Amino acid sequence: MSAPQPLLSRAFRDGVVAALIVAGLGFPVIAYRAEPDFNNVLTLNARWPLFLTFCALGFALRFLLTLWTARPRPLRAVKAPEAPVRRPWLAPLGLAALIAYPLLMPVLLGPQAALKWVDTFGVQILLYVLLGWGLNIAVGLAGLLDLGYAAFYAVGAYAYALLAPLTGLSFWALLPVSGLFAALWGFCIGFPVLRLRGDYLAIVTLAFAEIVRVVLVNWDVVTHGEQGLFGFPPISFFGLPFIPGPRGFAAHFGLKFAAVHKLIFLYFVVLALALVANFVSIRLRRLPLGRAWEALREDEIACRALGLDTANIKLTAFALGAFFAGIAGCLFALRQGVVSPSSFTFNESATILAIVVLGGRGSQWGVALAAALIVGASELLRQLDFLKMIFGPDFDPAQYRMLLVGLAMVAMMNFRPRGIVSTRQPTITLPAAGVRP
Amino acid sequence: MSSPRWIADPLLRVDRLTMRFGGLVAVNDVSFAVGRGDVTALIGPNGAGKTTLFNCLTGFYKPTAGRIAFSPSGLRDESRIEALTASSRRFWRDGGAGLFLLERMPDHEIAKKARVARTFQNIRLFPGMSALENLIIAQHVALTPASGYGFFGLLGLPIYRRAEEKAVAKAEQWLERISLRARANDPAGELPYGDQRRLEIARAMCAEPSLLCLDEPAAGLNNHESAELARLLREIRDRDRVSLLLIEHDMSVVMAISDHIVVLDYGQKIADGAPNDVREDPAVIAAYLGVEEADEAAAEAELERRPPQ
Repeated sequence: MSAPQPLLSRAFRDGVVAALIVAGLGFPVIAYRAEPDFNNVLTLNARWPLFLTFCALGFALRFLLTLWTARPRPLRAVKAPEAPVRRPWLAPLGLAALIAYPLLMPVLLGPQAALKWVDTFGVQILLYVLLGWGLNIAVGLAGLLDLGYAAFYAVGAYAYALLAPLTGLSFWALLPVSGLFAALWGFCIGFPVLRLRGDYLAIVTLAFAEIVRVVLVNWDVVTHGEQGLFGFPPISFFGLPFIPGPRGFAAHFGLKFAAVHKLIFLYFVVLALALVANFVSIRLRRLPLGRAWEALREDEIACRALGLDTANIKLTAFALGAFFAGIAGCLFALRQGVVSPSSFTFNESATILAIVVLGGRGSQWGVALAAALIVGASELLRQLDFLKMIFGPDFDPAQYRMLLVGLAMVAMMNFRPRGIVSTRQPTITLPAAGVRP
Repeated sequence: MSSPRWIADPLLRVDRLTMRFGGLVAVNDVSFAVGRGDVTALIGPNGAGKTTLFNCLTGFYKPTAGRIAFSPSGLRDESRIEALTASSRRFWRDGGAGLFLLERMPDHEIAKKARVARTFQNIRLFPGMSALENLIIAQHVALTPASGYGFFGLLGLPIYRRAEEKAVAKAEQWLERISLRARANDPAGELPYGDQRRLEIARAMCAEPSLLCLDEPAAGLNNHESAELARLLREIRDRDRVSLLLIEHDMSVVMAISDHIVVLDYGQKIADGAPNDVREDPAVIAAYLGVEEADEAAAEAELERRPPQ
């Protein structure tokens, strides 16, 4: 309150500077736009109102930001880090909700409308949770930046799609096989590369993912190129196929056939495997191997001075992460019914990495929340058809997906730089000295 | 008077060790021995090559030339050392004892098999992990087989639970020895500086070394903390029977606890002996007080005497 005038003028000056920057940057891209007319001749259309709107927006935002940051703030005592709140009811409650969800949806919405909710908001999100938990082992615990996680996902999916018709084995048998194939690839890539550190690993994994994708596109004889593989055996309920007719699952249990049965079963399979991944990560964290992963993330040289074979320890983290990606890949193949290289682009790796980073590296809860947030939000965007009534029929909200992910990342860096869940729980604690007799 | 321990009963012997970085010779043809059960101090001015020598001993550098022979039970049998040197093997192990050529071994193998533990000049704890976890990771080598390389532990078998209880008990004991029991569950990076130094030593000790190498353990400590450190190091030598090799600048600590001092200057050994002998060695005094400064003083005196031209 002491000097409102200088503050306002400062905010005004900041706003003008911001508007000028917007003008400078926006002039070539916004002010003029070349468009072909009816004779296919390019004409230059001036878009001054739009240009001025952007400038005004730049001014207003900067003006408000300066006012906001300069507002008087009461002095706050530095809060001592609080003891983590234990919520023992949270996990069982969440699990119960997850189990009830696919069963309730068909009851509430009818079997046809429930398809979308069980599939995209159920199976798909759980798949990303599984992928996130898998990548979390490499990135979150061991600190290995893996930019090519989708490669292992692809290996798992193609392993199932190729082996299922070839061997005639059921998917229960092929599930671990897909995982092992992916882990084998993780091992082969990791072996020479994990001797490198940090950025080098990121670059090599990035390149590896691209190699895998290009091989899938070009190895026509085996992978059928861009077209991909389809027609492999779908998931069945312990031998009972999900088909209409007397031999199907529905008839056997006296139900009316509905496509959603298959998805509900797949949902539970994915849920079970995600929980297995979760169990393994949580257990391993409390074992020498998991502690060594975390130690490796903290200080590699100190690890070597304590006799830890860092190359082997990294390899286990890398291969185990790849294993879960392979499992997820197999389930992905079962969900889609078709696998093609376009499902395993860099975008996929980036999304999974974003989930892990946003969730908080090393935190199981955070990763699950982030997966629901990123995948769920971008799917929700696709459902916002009513926005077309406001913005016109050309408006496609799904196009704003990456913008929103970017915004979420910027917000995270600003407010929670270590992810949604940033506190680390020690893997073992000693009771206070007085407690023990 | 009998011959000193580093001649009569050495556990580490460095023979003609040279470490070159391009054109720079950081360690030049250095030989010395470390007595079993001794506290040996490695001293010298800044840039004398002490840390480079340490990094050669612990496998972080591969020396350009020379031999580093190590045996926890003592290096008495010269013919065995020669035979191992002539062979292409890195070490011989029989039962608890063994003979190791450290210059052939990678860093983690030196820590794991030869059991040479070290600390670092700029503390290298695992800052995000609790003090207790730091001490338990140090027991990784012992705990891993008990966890069935992960499998027994994953299944929750009692064999692993018992091993972990033992590891925790040992860690707790060490936390009490360095008076950090009350802060066992705090992240190591949030401890005060002096506590971090002691925790790093305790962590190295939890790896059950036969030789503990400390790189400037007293750096940045106040007088009180230095005295406490000296007490801890003496206790490690006398109670735990672990030989110590330390780099140190703090002469009060060095003189208080060392049995044997090796002095390096410009990568070369200039003195080697008992503390009292080394203290009076003219080469050491020259290195520490600086010959250049004395020269400078002489030169200035010369200038004053000469009339300006």
